[in-house]
Amino acid sequence: MNTQSGATLGSPPGSNEIPAAALPPTPTRPMYWSIRRELWENRSIYIVPLVVAGVVLLAFLIATIGRAIVIVDPVEKAAVLAERNHFAAAVMMAAAFIVGIFYCLDALYGERRDRSILFWKSLPVSDLTTVLSKASIPLVILPLVTFVVVVAMQLVMLLLRSAALLMSGLSAATPLSLEQPVILLYSLVVLALWHAPLYAWLLLVSSWARRAVFLWAMLPPVVISVFEKVAFNTSYFQSMINYRLTGFAREAFAGGGHGSIDSLTQLTPGNFLSAPGLWIGLAFAAAFLLAATRMRRYREPI
Amino acid sequence: MPCIEAHGLRKAYGATVALDGIDLSVEEGHILGLIGPNGAGKTTALNAILGLAPYQGELKVLGRDPWTERDQLMRDVCFIADVAVLPRWLRVSQALDYVAGVHPRFDRAKAEAFLAKTAIKRASKVRELSKGMVTQLHLALVMAIDARLLVLDEPTLGLDILYRKQFYDSLLNDYYDRSRTIVVTTHQVEEVQHILTDLMFINHGRIVLDCSMEEFESRYLEVMVNPEHVPAARALKPMHERQVFGRSILLFDRVDRRELAALGEVRTPNIADLFVAVMGNQPGMPQGAVT
Repeated sequence: MNTQSGATLGSPPGSNEIPAAALPPTPTRPMYWSIRRELWENRSIYIVPLVVAGVVLLAFLIATIGRAIVIVDPVEKAAVLAERNHFAAAVMMAAAFIVGIFYCLDALYGERRDRSILFWKSLPVSDLTTVLSKASIPLVILPLVTFVVVVAMQLVMLLLRSAALLMSGLSAATPLSLEQPVILLYSLVVLALWHAPLYAWLLLVSSWARRAVFLWAMLPPVVISVFEKVAFNTSYFQSMINYRLTGFAREAFAGGGHGSIDSLTQLTPGNFLSAPGLWIGLAFAAAFLLAATRMRRYREPI
Repeated sequence: MPCIEAHGLRKAYGATVALDGIDLSVEEGHILGLIGPNGAGKTTALNAILGLAPYQGELKVLGRDPWTERDQLMRDVCFIADVAVLPRWLRVSQALDYVAGVHPRFDRAKAEAFLAKTAIKRASKVRELSKGMVTQLHLALVMAIDARLLVLDEPTLGLDILYRKQFYDSLLNDYYDRSRTIVVTTHQVEEVQHILTDLMFINHGRIVLDCSMEEFESRYLEVMVNPEHVPAARALKPMHERQVFGRSILLFDRVDRRELAALGEVRTPNIADLFVAVMGNQPGMPQGAVT
């Protein structure tokens, strides 16, 4: 380009004067704001657990409190109210799992579909920060939300139980043991670590697919399983997938996680941490996330 | 140091060559208009400059490699693609929060002041704003960033004339300070003519014209030739000729002004007219109205 200045704008440019308004750079927190951004866009991350918790509480109100009020015999009444509600935490974890799956399928696909990726990329936030912030939703944020909601839900249940007992002239319900939140936290960490490669795979497909993300995510496992079955009449791949989905139970809990988990003695963190399946899974998760980061750099709006 | 420096910049999508090895150098403080028909390679060139797409060849923007250092580069570069890229679910207040949270050179007070002059409400979502308001919002965000390079790709596409005028007025009055560099592509050539310092025509992935506006004004002249002088004017080898209301308008490159003044009314051509003339001489383009 010619170095002459344009006549329309007067004084010669290129004098390298620094604009008077130059401010010292303000500190930034790209990761924090990227996660906030995800919560703005995907309100299902906290709305779904809250709604599910509300439904579970309503069911509890009808099934336990309602039943206890009708029962006259004080011993039987106390027994009904003392029933632990294990089901509640499990339902909440299942809900978080489903939210996480659908979140990941859309996370890197939606921003390309609505072209907003051009806006996000016009800001000084690296692709790695973006991908990690999105991965942190199923791996950190959803477990945290689940933990808080479940503990709150159990406290409300405890209050309702105690109220029902006191109204019947019985002594208040036994307070929540501290073991329960610890078991819950442990379960959430185990699930997040164990399912990390699953979420990372969905993020990778989401960063790559031009349409039908869900189908593309399902296709390779299905094709490989069918191929293996037809070609070799074996199903190693299928059992590997099953292990990835449910294997955490036998690695992290005594007795394979069957039945209810009431005591810390049923947790086997040593066994879980030494399971090769955990570390192989995490290695795959890291590889998938790095591939998704690279893919985000290359992919243009759809 | 030039703001943008490219050598042999090339990009192909399969067999289609979008950029055919262009050389480019944009000095700091210049306002460059990148003009070309659809599919000429403008957006491809801008995407390469912004680190949004891979390319072949050598490219440095503010001394950095945009492809590998996009996030670093974006501290000093701002970019408005077109009106449709702000996510529809984003609230105005969230947009301010987010940019303030991730951009070290964002002056929130400046953005707020700019928004205060518009009818945009803080609590509105982008989907609730009109097209013009979305552009105002994007411009408010971008103008509050103390950047060294601003890239505008069809920034006023789909806007009505009032907003388009406001957009360029704001850009010149509130933003441009002669140390900043602006690269703009647009189809509304006549709207940017008065703000440009440099002009570049691009077609089929090649640069077909590269000059400063000063050079443009001294080199190219348009003459509304009096009917009796038409043969004499044609003898001076005009690059283009068109008919308006039965009068011949001839466009000349590097012909003496006094010589032309004898033939009719002389004036500086519109960029659009020069564009048609230059492109008309390109192979594969429809010929201009040469009679």
